[in-house]
Amino acid sequence: MKFAIQVNEGPYQHQATDSAYQFAKAALDAGHEIMRVFFYHDGVNNGTNLTTPPQDDRNIVNRWSELGKAHDLDMVVCVAAAQRRGIVDEGEMQRNGKDAQNIADGFRISGLGQLIEAGIQSERLMVFGD
Amino acid sequence: MSETIKKFMYLNRRAPYGTIYAWESLEVVLIGAAFDQDVSLAFIGDGVYQLLEGQDTSESDMKNFSTTYKALGDYDVTKLYVEKESLEERGLTLDDLMPLTWEDEDDDWAEKDSIRLVSRAELADVLDDQDIVYSF
Amino acid sequence: MSTLHTVNKSPFEKNSLADCLGYAKEGSAVLMYEDGVYGAMKGNAVAEKVAAASGVKFYALGPDLKARGISEEKLAEGIEVVDYAGFVSLAVENDKVSAWV
Repeated sequence: MKFAIQVNEGPYQHQATDSAYQFAKAALDAGHEIMRVFFYHDGVNNGTNLTTPPQDDRNIVNRWSELGKAHDLDMVVCVAAAQRRGIVDEGEMQRNGKDAQNIADGFRISGLGQLIEAGIQSERLMVFGD
Repeated sequence: MSETIKKFMYLNRRAPYGTIYAWESLEVVLIGAAFDQDVSLAFIGDGVYQLLEGQDTSESDMKNFSTTYKALGDYDVTKLYVEKESLEERGLTLDDLMPLTWEDEDDDWAEKDSIRLVSRAELADVLDDQDIVYSF
Repeated sequence: MSTLHTVNKSPFEKNSLADCLGYAKEGSAVLMYEDGVYGAMKGNAVAEKVAAASGVKFYALGPDLKARGISEEKLAEGIEVVDYAGFVSLAVENDKVSAWV
């Protein structure tokens, strides 16, 4: 089965990103394909490399980066939502005159078309939100 | 843009302005319009408030995006299902909502209503028929 | 088409479960997870509504029940507990997924 996953909330504030991650892991373990994980609304905050969660708690951003790397996942952060919330990659930094970038490993910033395409190309769209 | 045509449903259950979900979901609808899918929007619960006429954000300094709903017809997004029970629970009628229309080129560009007032049971059948449901 | 409906909020915080039940047709499945698992407990104010949903199969996510200290004895009758692998299977077995966030 080809899955697409939409994550609407940021790390720690809501359980949505945890649920999405656990679902993704279970789907991959069962041999399914995840063609894209799309982060929208506050979900874009899962893509910042500036978090320092407490040592005794899960590191949500790193967890996604590691899963992404292990399975070559396409983890997309919506550009419009990212601009509103300050998630910046090299391109956005240049384009918008910012003096820093903070996109975490394995994430890329792209447009909403990627979410629509995910809906068209996947067989199941899973939405995790609040 | 693609050979597959799926039935896309955008599920709207939240009021506007108190949170960003209503606006950011509309942004998905606008971008999605370019992909030529069979698009429907459903307004359930507080989602019906998104369509209230007369929204004026001048004193809130927030973006008034209500006019965007009026443009949906031009984007070929013509099926806006509004749940009757949700309106009634909120003391509202169709008259309280923005008049949203589209022009049917197959009918001599006749202006038609985009809002389809449906009961929960009817909307359940519509939802059942969809291929993909986006929730915000 | 069979639908897997997912509900992740407590029925006492939001009306997501109530909304979902208004739309869940016979032959569909409802998975309660995250705070939605509180909707699976017996004896609460929504238990009757859940029991009355004919033709709908209810599931609750085990890890979320455990996290919240809800033992299986506290669940309403007919609720099946699944893990994340079960969540995935439910998504595969049904024709589509509808998230009531």
